[in-house]
Amino acid sequence: MTKDILVLGGGIAGIQSSLDLAEMGFKVYLVESLPSIGGKMAQLDKTFPTNDCAI
Amino acid sequence: MSKETLAFYEEPRIGVFVCDCGSNIAGHLDCSQVAEYAETLPHVVYVKENLYTCSESGIVEIQKGIKDHNLNRVVVASCSPRTHHPLFSSSCAEAGLNPYLFEMVNIRDQCSWVHMGKRDNATHKAKELVRMGVAKSAGLEPQEEIESSLIRKILVIGGGVAGMSAAQALAGMNLEVILVEKSSQYGGLLRQVNTLDTGEDALESVQALAGEISTQEHIKGYLSSEVRDVSGYIGNYDVRINTPDGEVADKVGCIVVATGAVSLIPEGLFEYDGKQVVSMMELEQQLKHNDLSAKRVVFIQCAGARNEQREYCSRICCMMAVKNAMLIKEKYPLTDVQVLYRDMQMYGTHKEQMLWNARGMGVRFHVYDPADPPRVAGGNVSFYQSVTNEEVSLETDLTVLSTPLVPRSDAGTIANMLRVPTDQNGFFLEAHAKLRPLDFAADGIFVCGSGRYPATSVEAKTQGIGVASRVAAILFKDKLVKSAIVAKIHPESCVGCMACLSMCPYEAISYNPELRVCEINEILCKGCGNCAATCPSHSAELKGYKAEQLLAQIGAL
Ligand SMILES: Cc1cc2nc3c(=O)[nH]c(=O)nc-3n(C[C@H](O)[C@H](O)[C@H](O)COP(=O)(O)OP(=O)(O)OC[C@H]3O[C@@H](n4cnc5c(N)ncnc54)[C@H](O)[C@@H]3O)c2cc1C
Ligand code: SF4
Ligand code: SF4
Ligand code: SF4
Repeated sequence: MTKDILVLGGGIAGIQSSLDLAEMGFKVYLVESLPSIGGKMAQLDKTFPTNDCAI
Repeated sequence: MSKETLAFYEEPRIGVFVCDCGSNIAGHLDCSQVAEYAETLPHVVYVKENLYTCSESGIVEIQKGIKDHNLNRVVVASCSPRTHHPLFSSSCAEAGLNPYLFEMVNIRDQCSWVHMGKRDNATHKAKELVRMGVAKSAGLEPQEEIESSLIRKILVIGGGVAGMSAAQALAGMNLEVILVEKSSQYGGLLRQVNTLDTGEDALESVQALAGEISTQEHIKGYLSSEVRDVSGYIGNYDVRINTPDGEVADKVGCIVVATGAVSLIPEGLFEYDGKQVVSMMELEQQLKHNDLSAKRVVFIQCAGARNEQREYCSRICCMMAVKNAMLIKEKYPLTDVQVLYRDMQMYGTHKEQMLWNARGMGVRFHVYDPADPPRVAGGNVSFYQSVTNEEVSLETDLTVLSTPLVPRSDAGTIANMLRVPTDQNGFFLEAHAKLRPLDFAADGIFVCGSGRYPATSVEAKTQGIGVASRVAAILFKDKLVKSAIVAKIHPESCVGCMACLSMCPYEAISYNPELRVCEINEILCKGCGNCAATCPSHSAELKGYKAEQLLAQIGAL
């Protein structure tokens, strides 16, 4: 069984799961259809409830 | 001594990389002039200007510079160390340079961005900042990263659906789990609930999970037990548990808090008497035992919630009311069911659909004004109907109060024992509401379920599984490696005044009564520098930010 993992979608959910899986020692392929990762979060200037910069 | 370490004892050979950051920096100051200036600074042997130093080609330039010019210090003048320091220092390490011999100068956020339109001034300031960075870097010392062992065992406190799910997921990854439950059975609040909103029997669903837990070889469960004491730090906690068979001591690497919440008993609210006016939990019991005789039922939402005393919305009680209104209508179609609400908190596709279905079944919903809440008196609920601008009075046999989940009375004790924070309501407070929702700020301790804030059973379960992956990300490693940027106390000059101890936000400092000095736990230290700034005898110092290094930096200004 190959232990590499494919994550589809580079929004905050995809990025966080890729990071956690990589921390666990797995090789992760993160695929995003747009030229940059970040998804919806990265388009928002300030996000609720902490009002900090989303990037 | 490693080759990396040796570099320090040689004459400094500093490489400076000036970044344009596209037009972010180069658009507002003259990067070429800054680069030319850097070449004139002491010990600087190589300078390079890049369009984007953080791009792959920029990183290759740094690594090539280190090799070709035998650099033993690297300075990057670019953006914020908060975001880019790890990238640059690890790139240096890849090229064989000790990562602590890297220094970053922020000529963007603190220079080009704040002096737009003043090109000459900004260029002048960037030169000064680079000169300071170069002066500091000459005095940098190589550091070895701190390593410590990890115990691959987890303590889970609380055996509700959240704690059981966490334990099950962790055990599924072959990690050892100790599950401590205060009551005599696993299952938590759901043991008392009748049917879930998904139609499943609540008790059966938790019993199934409890059955799996008790046969899982990697889980050691303690019922009717409580954690008495916790000491240590991430990877190495000592825990003591009071069990019916006496005290048990063990060692764990991480801790999960899953102690849940309780349903508010509406004492003193809306004429609550436990008979004609009951709580939602009491209605669940009546439905479970099939002894609902009322022909007219009125639900009052937000009973004891979203007021001055308890400002938060409990998130799940609207769903509970709609669920039970539908159950009543299914079982007793002739029973009249009305819901008085402020806002219906029915998020998600499934709950929104429930609301429409309930309406279709004849459940009636009326908005009430929190400034003029419903009045309950002798089989009658009256309220002001703002839509029609009239007083409405409803005859009722049973009034059900939708009360919020509230923190357990002993949540504060757990918080003190683990040194983790709670919010203004008494729920456990995560490290970051968006980016680290299941972590506590203290490394190695996690939170899931209703103890964090009211959650449905699906959410509690999801969080339990999420926590398992956060824990695995730590415990799947062979050892814990952390930044060498920690504080150090020189025992020769420390007078034991404990000023540093009171300033440390991470409880990393302890007093050694034998030697009468303070000592630092390097694993707990986060390198904030508070102790170094406080120490009256300059005995506490932060590695990489020693007085000489900072003074060299300031002296260059
Ligand atoms: C009336 C009512 C109806 C509900 N209906 C639904 C529904 O239809 N659908 C749905 O999804 N959800 C429903 N819920 C919500 C559901 O009960 C919660 O989502 C669920 O209980 C959360 O699980 P938990 O594990 O976080 O906490 P809990 O269930 O509260 O479990 C916490 C456990 O920790 C133990 N514990 C506490 N302190 C300690 C300690 N110091 N040491 C050791 N153990 C400790 C407790 O004994 C308990 O067993 C309802 C809740 C109520 C009140
Ligand atoms: S979930 Fe509904 S009843 Fe509960 S506090 Fe929020 S709005 Fe009020
Ligand atoms: S640097 Fe900060 S965290 Fe470390 S011991 Fe000093 S005060 Fe504590
Ligand atoms: S403040 Fe300085 S002198 Fe006082 S205990 Fe801490 S290290 Fe020692």
